[in-house]
Amino acid sequence: MPLLESGVLAADPWRPAAEDEPIGAGDVIVPLARLDEGLARSDPGRLGVLLPPEAEPSALRAALPGLSLIAVTFPIFRDGRAFTQARTLREHLGFTGEIRATGKPLPDQYEFLRRCGVTTVEVPEGTDPAPWAREHARFDVAYQPSILNETREGFALRRIPG
Amino acid sequence: MSDTATRPLPVGHYTYDQVDHDFLRARVEQFRDQVARRISGELSEDEFKPLRLMNGLYHQLHAYMLRVAVPYGTMDARQVRMLAHIARTYDRDYGHFTTRQNIQFNWIRLEDTPEILEQLASVEMHAIQTSGNCIRNVTSDEFAGAAADELVDPRVHAEILRQWSTLHPEFTFLPRKFKIAISGSPHDRVAARFHDIGVVAKPGPDGAVRFEVFVGGGMGRTPIVGVRIHDHLPEEDLLAYLEAILRVYNAYGRRDNIYKARIKILVQALGLDAFREKVEAEFAAMDRARYRLTPETVAAIRARFGTPDLIAPADAPAKLAADRAANPHFDRWARTNTHPHRAPGFICVAVSVKPAGGIPGDATSHQIDALADIAERFSFDELRVTHMQNIVFGHVRQDELLALWHALGEAGLATPNLGLIGDIIACPGLDYCALANARSIPIAQKISARFADPTLQEQIGRIHVNISGCINACGHHHAGHIGILGVDKKGEEFFQITLGGSAEDDAAIGQIIGPALPEDATVDAVARLIETYLTLRQEGERFLDTYRRLGQAPFKDSVYATA
Repeated sequence: MPLLESGVLAADPWRPAAEDEPIGAGDVIVPLARLDEGLARSDPGRLGVLLPPEAEPSALRAALPGLSLIAVTFPIFRDGRAFTQARTLREHLGFTGEIRATGKPLPDQYEFLRRCGVTTVEVPEGTDPAPWAREHARFDVAYQPSILNETREGFALRRIPG
Repeated sequence: MSDTATRPLPVGHYTYDQVDHDFLRARVEQFRDQVARRISGELSEDEFKPLRLMNGLYHQLHAYMLRVAVPYGTMDARQVRMLAHIARTYDRDYGHFTTRQNIQFNWIRLEDTPEILEQLASVEMHAIQTSGNCIRNVTSDEFAGAAADELVDPRVHAEILRQWSTLHPEFTFLPRKFKIAISGSPHDRVAARFHDIGVVAKPGPDGAVRFEVFVGGGMGRTPIVGVRIHDHLPEEDLLAYLEAILRVYNAYGRRDNIYKARIKILVQALGLDAFREKVEAEFAAMDRARYRLTPETVAAIRARFGTPDLIAPADAPAKLAADRAANPHFDRWARTNTHPHRAPGFICVAVSVKPAGGIPGDATSHQIDALADIAERFSFDELRVTHMQNIVFGHVRQDELLALWHALGEAGLATPNLGLIGDIIACPGLDYCALANARSIPIAQKISARFADPTLQEQIGRIHVNISGCINACGHHHAGHIGILGVDKKGEEFFQITLGGSAEDDAAIGQIIGPALPEDATVDAVARLIETYLTLRQEGERFLDTYRRLGQAPFKDSVYATA
């Protein structure tokens, strides 16, 4: 599926692990249930994991050194648990790898996603990237601290979202 | 920071600078884009719905309704006139003040909304987060900065919470809506214990501001009185602590059933201790420096509030006393519709938007303009919308009260019933709302007309009558001394009566007294409840006090005993 990064379409080196098959080589995203299997893999490729919305991010604590990507999910765009998961991964667990939003987020949520620590967004085939690019550039100011190290706008709580 | 303002800062609310204006313009453009995408079909109604809701646009029974935010209920005359203009130009010449201190317009066309929002933005107003599963408009004490009993002016912190919650990246798709109220008075005028979070500001031992924090209160299908989760939160931790509460809610609040999704259900399910443990764990783990509310930040926001120059002539109280002595009608109104002010020679005025037989909270564009004129002439250009759906002028000179009363009278706004039986809170009901089971407005009008006599109203004394057209409780019937809930009985509108509720310091949930009654029988029942109270009350007792002393029996008997 197409991938957005910094408001534009980007190449996706990752593939999801196929069901009922060995994880295989290369950069692979495994379901949470197969995390141990992925970590035990001898392949030099990178490992990612899919964190379902009901899972505790802290369940990944021990595995973090072996993870390059964590995918969070929006089963529907109104289900905002992934915002808190992403922020928790960055703020409490110090995860510095890629956080990918999957499922059904909307372009109108793009700034929220990025300010909670999401770096890439997986969108359905045929998605028009233009609304995502527009939302990426929409606001010059935000009114609260986020977990990004944003520049202060100079007044009160305001920040300049990157 | 750039600043184009050359006039003095408006009294009572935060003043935008250029950055704030640019932000709001970008938000209007975003919504214009969303409306265009909806009209072109690029967005489905399901996808558009949360986006329009986050801009205060509902789809009601007959038309779109636009709810405009009035942060902490405070506006200047220029903003009020803009509301009158919108009522005249885009609606049917009236607006409706709500229990969330907002105003809503009931007959709006979708394609007009970007233009309306653009016009609102020109006077520093918007409809951001007046609906949707996000942090809603922050409400506050209608007598803030004026009341004699106030310890801390809550509006600066209300503004801080408004800014912090505006397009908050993490908390804009919560399990359900989230309402915050803040007060700075020991007398609770904001219903702090009936909010998702209620904050009460007070001076700490060192003089610095501290907060008492209540969580998990609410009305709706499951009315619950909120519980105190923190007794003395330092000012610098206000945002961090609220973030911690919201994170726990966002992660664990139920999303499978909208009737079980409010934070009150989570707090009840976990128990306060377990809930507090989770909040404290999050709070302890947070990078607190990042979320710290510094004294400099508070000062910077405070500096963008205008303050009134409260100087009255020394003989202002004597002039008022003489005016009252000379005119019994004015005297009656002054008795019911004013509140003590902290400054000598000043008084707070509460204007009833509940004329006898009228629709609670509705005002015509002419009346809205008149309110703006009066604010300009008598109250430092400022007015407040109250959670009782009325209007307050915060700072009125006592020697000018008579002239203000005359001006109100000319606009049909001098009804002397504040806090009395005619001061009814009612939701829009089945006349507008797709969720309602029954019409709230006609029964409110009938009760109000039945008790129109101001002498009788004053004799009955302080009482809150609250009417909701369905179990979602937008008319806060659970908190009414007399609560009335519309129910559907085989397609007929019936009304269930509850007694003994309160939203104030003695917060309580009203109890059902018996089977639901048809509309006219309900009005008669209210009359009998009042007669019973008048017969049984002791010196100085309000309706609620007599009910609490005697219990349900005599009241229930008066309604249901067959003759």
